[in-house]
Amino acid sequence: MSPTDESADEADATTDLKAAMTDGDTAMTDGGTDETMTDGGTVDSPFEVVSEYEETRMDRYSKYYDAYVRAPFAIIWRDWRARIGFSIVLFYLLMGTVGTSIVEPAGTLDGDSFIQPFNSQYTIQPWGIPEFSLGFWTYTGIWEFPLGTDRMGRDLFAQTVHATPSILKMITAGALFAVGTGTVIGAVAGYRGGWTDTVLSSITDVFINLPGFPLVMVLALLLDVQNPYLIGILLSVAAWGGVARAIRSQVLTLRQENFVESGRAMGIPRRRIVFKDIVPHLMPYVVINMTNTARRVIFEAAALYYLGVLPFRDLNWGVTLNLAQSGGAYYRPDALHWFLVPMFAIIGISIGLILLGQSLDRVFNPRVRARHEKTTVDEEADMGGDEPSTGDMITGK
Amino acid sequence: MAQIDWRIRRLGQGVFTVLAVLTLSFVMIRLMPGNPMGAMVENLRSQGINPVRARELVRIRMGTDPTKPLVPAYFEYMINFFQGELGYSTFYQMPVATKLAQVMPWTLFVLSWGVFISFFTGMAMGALMAYWEGGKLDVGFTTFAVLMGSIPFYVLAILLLVFTSYRWGWFPTGGKVRAGLEPGMNYAYISSMVRHATLPILSYLVASGIASLGMRGNSIRVLGEDYLRVARLRGLSDVTISTQYVARNAVLPLYTTLLISIGEMFGGSVVLEQVFQYRGLGFAFYQALNQRDYAMMMGGFALITIVTVVALLIADMTYGYIDPRARGGKDESY
Repeated sequence: MSPTDESADEADATTDLKAAMTDGDTAMTDGGTDETMTDGGTVDSPFEVVSEYEETRMDRYSKYYDAYVRAPFAIIWRDWRARIGFSIVLFYLLMGTVGTSIVEPAGTLDGDSFIQPFNSQYTIQPWGIPEFSLGFWTYTGIWEFPLGTDRMGRDLFAQTVHATPSILKMITAGALFAVGTGTVIGAVAGYRGGWTDTVLSSITDVFINLPGFPLVMVLALLLDVQNPYLIGILLSVAAWGGVARAIRSQVLTLRQENFVESGRAMGIPRRRIVFKDIVPHLMPYVVINMTNTARRVIFEAAALYYLGVLPFRDLNWGVTLNLAQSGGAYYRPDALHWFLVPMFAIIGISIGLILLGQSLDRVFNPRVRARHEKTTVDEEADMGGDEPSTGDMITGK
Repeated sequence: MAQIDWRIRRLGQGVFTVLAVLTLSFVMIRLMPGNPMGAMVENLRSQGINPVRARELVRIRMGTDPTKPLVPAYFEYMINFFQGELGYSTFYQMPVATKLAQVMPWTLFVLSWGVFISFFTGMAMGALMAYWEGGKLDVGFTTFAVLMGSIPFYVLAILLLVFTSYRWGWFPTGGKVRAGLEPGMNYAYISSMVRHATLPILSYLVASGIASLGMRGNSIRVLGEDYLRVARLRGLSDVTISTQYVARNAVLPLYTTLLISIGEMFGGSVVLEQVFQYRGLGFAFYQALNQRDYAMMMGGFALITIVTVVALLIADMTYGYIDPRARGGKDESY
């Protein structure tokens, strides 16, 4: 095709467009528009047309508030799973922040060995409240060792509380690292395609194929890390591959969408398109993966401490399991609670995370959202119906 | 690029992964802080062995010469590996390859039963759950599955061991088979083997509750289809519909999930075999790790990787046979 033909084409397209714009009819969306926009023509762009309705700042803020604060909370509060999950996670957060300053750290020989949980023979009277009687019930103080003690007389409740901060740090670091890396790599690979995709996908595949847990064990042994944040990152080092693949396949479908294509046509930088237009659409995946990774980090951390692979100075749930095992909790009937307390701590937080993940999925589900953004009273419509959730599609991984 | 058959590309990826892991283990042995090989040579020298002899011993144990330059040493290591020379295990006092061949069948025995049984129970439960969507059974199973998803398999294993073995004495408390039995195809040996494997298998099995959740989500979508209504109108029984109609469609994601989870199960076997003192691959790997037996450690790690890669390859390659729609040769097969 010669240059003159090209300019003739352009002129045709321009007149097409002008006609479309002045007529104001639906012809605007046909092929002519696209060609003009991508070849860098100098015509008036329909994208520069300004809305005839004016939006005040208040309007915008109230819209943001509705979309990002009220609707999510309304949705979360409607769902029993969300309420429970949210409360559990909040409880652990409080335990890790406020709890550690209220509860004294556990020390050796604080009490006798193997005091059973909820034993009323050992009580304390905090804040100097003396004994009193309400007729039917007499207050004699609260349990000194609510969850019992281990073989060295250390309070298991205090152990559990004081292990929480480091576990929470591991979870946060691990989940942010795995999901952050996975999202960035998956989104870039999916959007750019070509050689970038080939290289990034190959790296991703290698990490997916790696057996995560043995790798983490080997690395933990060789690197000798102590910092909880680093341990969290180490534990999720093999976890980002799955996230990256899920995100990539989502981006592959999104990159063909109209809004992405128009962004490209407008010459918006690639980075902005990927991270401002595409990634927000993937938030359900991101959030669910985050809770799943968090759960995985806890499981693996506790397992590594239980096996004694990670070095430790302070007691935590996994270390307690390890000590219980070597202390004979298998066959000593009076030591069973030594196993049970850290187990319940681990199981509790993962139930909270699963429920929270499942319900956050609903927050991002556009159908549920729309219902709550328009009105918050549309109660019945949401009751029985179980929307097909993204969580079901990527369960477990 | 796109012209190459996806199966060949997929195979290439698998090979690449194995090579990457081998390279990683070489790098770890050679360059890691703490320098395992240097420490080994020093250790032997401090025992009064002369330096040349010490280096020779280390070369035999690790399958690579500590004094050789990096690149030739790397190629030597790789070539040795593919000839089956994985070095000499200092802890077990035998070649790594021999030890791995001894322990591998036990782990495969437990794992394959775990995968097999959990696949079928997960499928049946999921199909029933989806069929009685919203009913009491479904809610119960969902709660059960969430609960099972939040219990780490090793916690469950410890609890099983405490109660069924130590308290009630139903199962042996550890080991692979009762000592003093003559190995072979006799009743006493086989039954002891099964009794010892029951708890590990059960631990894998119950941990797969989450798989039935995934199944549920998929079945529900299938349930909306018109042909199911037709099946119901034809008066087919619930069992027929849920197994012949729903399960066949919903089995697809379960199949890949399970094959993918084989890799994670191998990882899990490290913990599980420690709990049950089941001397398989995971146990040997853990012992090697604890004893700083680097050759054994890396050999075990490489073997676990190869098995995982092969499982994933099988998952990808066979998917087309299970789901005829996937036979189009798409790049993303799961």
